[in-house]
Amino acid sequence: MEHLAMHISNGIINGPVAAIFAVIALAAMALCVQRGRQHLDDRLAPMAGLVAAFIFAVQMINFPIFTAGVSGHLLGGALAALLVGPWVGALCVAVVLTVQALVFGDGGVAMLGLNITNLAIIGTAAAYLLIVALLRVLPRTPAGLAVTAFVSALVSVVVAALGFVVQYKLGGAVDLGDNIAGLAGTIAGTHLLIGVGEGLITAMTVLTVAKTRPDLVYALRARGPIALSPVPAVGGAR
Amino acid sequence: MRKRTWGFIASGLLVSLLLAGVVSSFASADPDGLESALREGCTVDAEGTVTGGDCPAQREEEHEIGGPLADYGVTGITDDALATGLSGVVGVLLTFALAGGGFWLVRRRTGQQPTGDGDAAQPTSTAGVG
Repeated sequence: MEHLAMHISNGIINGPVAAIFAVIALAAMALCVQRGRQHLDDRLAPMAGLVAAFIFAVQMINFPIFTAGVSGHLLGGALAALLVGPWVGALCVAVVLTVQALVFGDGGVAMLGLNITNLAIIGTAAAYLLIVALLRVLPRTPAGLAVTAFVSALVSVVVAALGFVVQYKLGGAVDLGDNIAGLAGTIAGTHLLIGVGEGLITAMTVLTVAKTRPDLVYALRARGPIALSPVPAVGGAR
Repeated sequence: MRKRTWGFIASGLLVSLLLAGVVSSFASADPDGLESALREGCTVDAEGTVTGGDCPAQREEEHEIGGPLADYGVTGITDDALATGLSGVVGVLLTFALAGGGFWLVRRRTGQQPTGDGDAAQPTSTAGVG
């Protein structure tokens, strides 16, 4: 089978920049463990394990995005944030990326900090900000939840992909000069289409869980985002 | 209640195993959004190897570890669908064990359900790393 990689490979971003992002990712994950612990009980812990396993599985399924020769796959940040909350959700995505880098040769081990920053931190954070905002204005119906899931997933994919563009600008192996704008355009364009797929998968999955076990959907919990003011919900005292 | 949660987890795991073990072999083989953007400016052969031109993907270096499951295959198994499916099954079980086990170890062990209490910061007496 041909080379199959979906995360940043070795050699794409230089060592110093990769190292800086490794430190950022490690610090963020430590914060996520500290904050996430408060939510992790006998029910959420296995659910979070399942969310990580599910994201690993769905990430393997590349789907066509109707532009020649390009595919997309789930990133999972929005799905994780909706089902298990932002702190535990970011950890779920980070575990997936770590397994992929260490066992499946997908994404350089030296690049792990960059990949965790984009997909686990930026992707989940962007999604969660939107989830909080949308759940406040949209009706608390299945349709409202579906729209929240779709939009937050779509936008989070584009924002996470732009995280890579920033990293490439800082330490890309090839100095693209002004062409960095071209890279940004290409990345944003394809990830807008990938985001549609991400949005559909996320909405479908969250609706399915919400219909069978609404108590297992973090976003629908009494202590979830709706019950909180947006400022502390995204990083203030909680 | 707890039994039902484990039932849900088991069904979710089964769905994940089917997706990674069976559906994964029907996945698109085209490069993803990131990889295709990095190949812009290069020519690529049918195997996905860069053959010429000028693009960031040319700078890609070998993976540090590789390993028997590298690229979601299994060393020694030539049947693509079988290799992808097997590595997918291993990946789902490994990810569930690591994430689930890790979260289980650091979970709150106060014995009280979080539902019903207010959203004010609860003093967690078990906050020490243990």
